[in-house]
Amino acid sequence: MDLQSAWAVAAKDFKIFKRKSSVIYACVVLPLVVGIAFPLIVQYALYNSKNHGINAFTLPAFMDAFSIWFLIGAAIIPTAIASYSLVGEKIQKSLEPLLATPMTDGEILLGKTISGLVVPVAAIYAGSIIFMVLMDFVTQSTLGYLYYPNWHIGAILLVAPLASLLSVEINVIISSRLNDVRTAQQLGMLFILPFMGLYIASEFGFFALNDTNLLILAGVVFIIDVVLFFVSKATFQREEILTKWK
Amino acid sequence: MINTENLTKNFGNLTAVEDLTLHVDEGEVFGFLGPNGAGKTTTVRMLCCLISKTSGKASIGEYEIGNRADQQKIRRMIGLLTENVGLYEELSAYDNLDFYGRFYKLGEQKRKEQIEYFLKMLGLWEKRNDAAGTFSKGMKQKLAIARAMIHDPQVLFLDEPTANLDPEASKTVRDFILDLKKEKRTIFLNTHLLDEAEKICDRVAILKTRLIAIGTPQELRRSLSGRKTKVQLQRVDDAIVEAVKKIGFQIEEIINNSLVIDVSDPEKENSAILEAIEAAGGHVQFVTEIGSTLEDVYLKLVRG
Repeated sequence: MDLQSAWAVAAKDFKIFKRKSSVIYACVVLPLVVGIAFPLIVQYALYNSKNHGINAFTLPAFMDAFSIWFLIGAAIIPTAIASYSLVGEKIQKSLEPLLATPMTDGEILLGKTISGLVVPVAAIYAGSIIFMVLMDFVTQSTLGYLYYPNWHIGAILLVAPLASLLSVEINVIISSRLNDVRTAQQLGMLFILPFMGLYIASEFGFFALNDTNLLILAGVVFIIDVVLFFVSKATFQREEILTKWK
Repeated sequence: MINTENLTKNFGNLTAVEDLTLHVDEGEVFGFLGPNGAGKTTTVRMLCCLISKTSGKASIGEYEIGNRADQQKIRRMIGLLTENVGLYEELSAYDNLDFYGRFYKLGEQKRKEQIEYFLKMLGLWEKRNDAAGTFSKGMKQKLAIARAMIHDPQVLFLDEPTANLDPEASKTVRDFILDLKKEKRTIFLNTHLLDEAEKICDRVAILKTRLIAIGTPQELRRSLSGRKTKVQLQRVDDAIVEAVKKIGFQIEEIINNSLVIDVSDPEKENSAILEAIEAAGGHVQFVTEIGSTLEDVYLKLVRG
């Protein structure tokens, strides 16, 4: 496995992403909204004359619930990137010349995975740092201590790259059957439903997204990642791409 | 340099290429002709190790197609211009080439030199920082050719290299191909342009799933239509016609005082024909050879 070649594929994709405003928005908007807007909501709730019952006892539950959005974001953002990265190559018919180079299928797939993974994970981590700093700033006087960093958000940031990887792998599989970026993105979005389901279930008290359950979730997502790695690798074969990909 | 023996590719029940046997010498420009769906692109894809063969043998240089260990070595020694240029439209011309140069382990300095050499040669140097998406079809085609050449491949597969080019750009590309030939590079040219094949190819093959003809353009023309000598006379009369027939030649037709005569070796036989005509009182104005064009041969074989 030649990592330099894989990195060259990823670096090329990064250059293209920089010129795609839709990709930039996808990477920036959600982490910024979660990172800035949620602390502002908490600040408003805390310092409003009617503080809606939020106090030092209930505040951590709100903050934990908000932080789950980084996990959902980690699953959403790669959809915008990975679908463009692969379906975009199909539309531009640039895969065949790429496949004619000495690179192996695995190196190309790795490059595509890196480009689909690095930017979303970096955006989620950057957003989470903003979130933690602002949340600590607005809640310290109420709580009497700095809530972040803590194991809960640590567990979320452990699951986040695994969720992003899952999203990339699903997009590789979806992209082999589609010729339209938007359709690929819409189909890719469907897979965030389980994460949304977990979030809603936790909000209604059916399921606790505590540290232990987040670690179990990390293990489950990791296993699915491994399984889908083999499925996407089987999908990303030169002959398959040239003769069976639509 | 390129050898195939009974090379066959099936897609399910469909046979795309059947029992293809050919040999392309080092430094040869080999034209591969055939209608759409004849299996030309499938053949190139097999030879470039992009798709597997169903049966038969093929090799490039000392490396065997289908041998897993040789695949990367083959891809390293070949360049491929695909039917669709497949450029990264958002990237500059320079970045497109630089990206591909990285896969062939060209150092940074070597990449820079190669990129400058090919962009200058193809008249794109001034546009090197412009996004490929802003280029005309012809410029894109030239950039794609530069991409296929970036690592100085010994064997070059060109799929319709002058498609979409204006006459001047087509000539630039043709001259470029002839320059490559002087450098002893082997060129496998898929084309629909028979005139182009006739101008630049040493040999051509006509494919329609199976190989239906192979040879130099001249050989193909002759093998199909034979050779004919046209003798333009001041006046044709029966005595002249009889004189030609008497020495054993068949007159195919007589048009406007010219005789079209079937010959097998005009270099030797024409003098005897002319002597017979003059002895019969004929006055020869000029003599020419009539042959089919490669297009005639192609259409006859393909419609066959």
